[in-house]
Amino acid sequence: MAESKGVMVYAEASQDKLSAITRELMGCARKLADDLGEGLSAVLVGSDVASLAQEAIALGADRIYVIDDRLLKDYQTDAYVAVMGKLAQQVTPRIIILGQTAVGRDLAPRLAFRLETAATLDCVELAIDADSRRLLATRPVYGGNALATFTTESQPQIVTIRAKAFSPAEPDTSRQGEVTTIEAGLRPEDIRTKLLERVTEEVEGIRLEEASVVVSGGRGIGSAQGFKQLEELAKLLKGALGASRPPCDNGWVSEHLQVGITGKIIAPDLYIAVALSGSSQHLSGCSGAKNIVAINKDPEANIFRAASWGIVSDWKRVLPAFSDKVEELVSG
Amino acid sequence: MNMIVCLKQVIDPETPPASFKIDPQSNKIVPPPGIAPVLDPYSEYALEAALRIKDAKGGKITALSLGSDLVREVVKKPLAMGADELVLLEDEAFTEGDSWSTAYALAMAIKKLGDYDLIFCGRQAADWDAGQVGSAIAELLGLPSVTVAQKIDISDGQARVERVTDDGYEVIEVPLPALITVSNELGEVRYPNIRGIMAARKKEPIIWRPADIGVDASELGAAGRRTRLLKLWLPVREGKCQMIEGDSPEEQAVNLALKLREAKLL
Ligand SMILES: Cc1cc2nc3c(=O)[nH]c(=O)nc-3n(C[C@H](O)[C@H](O)[C@H](O)COP(=O)(O)OP(=O)(O)OC[C@H]3O[C@@H](n4cnc5c(N)ncnc54)[C@H](O)[C@@H]3O)c2cc1C
Ligand SMILES: Nc1ncnc2c1ncn2[C@@H]1O[C@H](COP(=O)(O)O)[C@@H](O)[C@H]1O
Repeated sequence: MAESKGVMVYAEASQDKLSAITRELMGCARKLADDLGEGLSAVLVGSDVASLAQEAIALGADRIYVIDDRLLKDYQTDAYVAVMGKLAQQVTPRIIILGQTAVGRDLAPRLAFRLETAATLDCVELAIDADSRRLLATRPVYGGNALATFTTESQPQIVTIRAKAFSPAEPDTSRQGEVTTIEAGLRPEDIRTKLLERVTEEVEGIRLEEASVVVSGGRGIGSAQGFKQLEELAKLLKGALGASRPPCDNGWVSEHLQVGITGKIIAPDLYIAVALSGSSQHLSGCSGAKNIVAINKDPEANIFRAASWGIVSDWKRVLPAFSDKVEELVSG
Repeated sequence: MNMIVCLKQVIDPETPPASFKIDPQSNKIVPPPGIAPVLDPYSEYALEAALRIKDAKGGKITALSLGSDLVREVVKKPLAMGADELVLLEDEAFTEGDSWSTAYALAMAIKKLGDYDLIFCGRQAADWDAGQVGSAIAELLGLPSVTVAQKIDISDGQARVERVTDDGYEVIEVPLPALITVSNELGEVRYPNIRGIMAARKKEPIIWRPADIGVDASELGAAGRRTRLLKLWLPVREGKCQMIEGDSPEEQAVNLALKLREAKLL
């Protein structure tokens, strides 16, 4: 095999635009490529995706590989692993970076095993080791209780990155890059699965991942009614409602509001955590918040270790007064 | 319907953060004293998914765990919950592996078991959160896979799987045999009942060593790793929390609002 060289980004798009994670991917990948003194490529896989090439170049890619085929219209493991595997064998990149998304977490490990290399998923820090020129991939382990740095000797080194963990690339439309089209070479029978339906949960108001203020409740809220109060406060602050896992499991709120390692990863300016203890699994989802406020009756609750401001009291008495004061301040 | 479920024994993931310690010299977790290991919760969801199919359609479930010093009460729990057989890959050589060596050994054991329609894994194991073993087994055995499932229905030799996505779910049809990884969105996992616990007590696990699955020790555990752990550490939480005081909770609330206003967060 040829010498492995360069950094390759798997670019994700939705609704004819590159996704937010793709900008973050390009941001961190450009740095790694520069540190190595090697090129940065981006791969666009799908149907009718060629038009996104200029946008990816503006974000820092020197070369774009477009794999456009009707059979690639929807993400299907067999199809995407096949085309990415073939491309990786042809181009022999040193590193392949994907987002830790529904697609990335499925594609990355299977691709790695097909290429007989290893993947490291959900990284929050990536660096190049100056001596070995290998990628140092850091990720949370043990539900966020610890962090670990891994490296791989086989190539390509494949990693996914956690949303909001890396700064997004700024587009520069004066940048130049080359576009290469690659044949998918797929036959329908290569794809063993069939996508029957895609169901998107409609969200009222601001999406949790995009909100600059999030009001989040835990087991201590005790009921769906309690969450109504939090929702009103969230509305007042033009923010979104979130929750720890127990309220989702108990059906007090939609499971899509879960924040944490198995829920949403968010990084709002302000995170108001009410009656939740701040388990590692929960903090994994919100520790990127710029400011955390905790309201909890237990002064020993772990959430106070992550918070900037705290109130030790019963939320049932704190919240109404807090909401009233907030209303007065924001309307005044 | 023959089903195989892979279940891992892990340090209790609900260990309070304050009791969670590491040994920086050896890059290892210090098992929290007095806290017993448990089955990886995601593995339990995988088992629950298989049990639901068995309840509806009948079938046989084989539980498969790899490790060393496997605590019998822990790894026998699947039997108590309703699995029919337990196979343990138990040997020093299996330990300290990464996703590669672990998946390789599990795949070879599954090959030896042979007759299967469905293989279930958790979406990730709650210790290292690697999230790879399921996909890896599928790739090694050449099976189609669907990951992060929340619901599975079987009919006409196909599985209809709801796969959790970033903003909802998709419904995927996959022919059997297939591998499915299961997520917590599946819903509650059953508790073993007394009858199950009694039955489990009487049943002995089948134990396989490396030679039993025809693999060389150099492919297993620490020796077979493809990823190297360089450093393990605890994140620093600053503990700079400013407590808001007041004569009553209501007054604390008002003071908090004023503080946030001052910080231009409101
Ligand atoms: C593999 C795995 C994955 C997980 N993934 C996630 C995840 O993604 N997200 C997640 O959130 N969790 C997750 N969990 C669960 C996690 O470990 C915790 O169990 C969970 O976060 C606890 O939720 P909580 O803080 O709401 O509840 P608890 O820990 O029970 O805390 C409730 C808090 O409310 C306080 N309280 C009670 N009443 C009042 C009151 N009247 N006024 C003020 N305070 C009050 C109590 O002091 C306590 O601190 C996961 C667990 C595992 C094992
Ligand atoms: N040692 C093991 N024994 C049995 N099953 C395992 C083992 N390691 C991983 N698995 C299975 O693979 C899933 C994902 O693990 P991982 O890829 O390590 O995060 C787990 O939820 C288990 O179902």
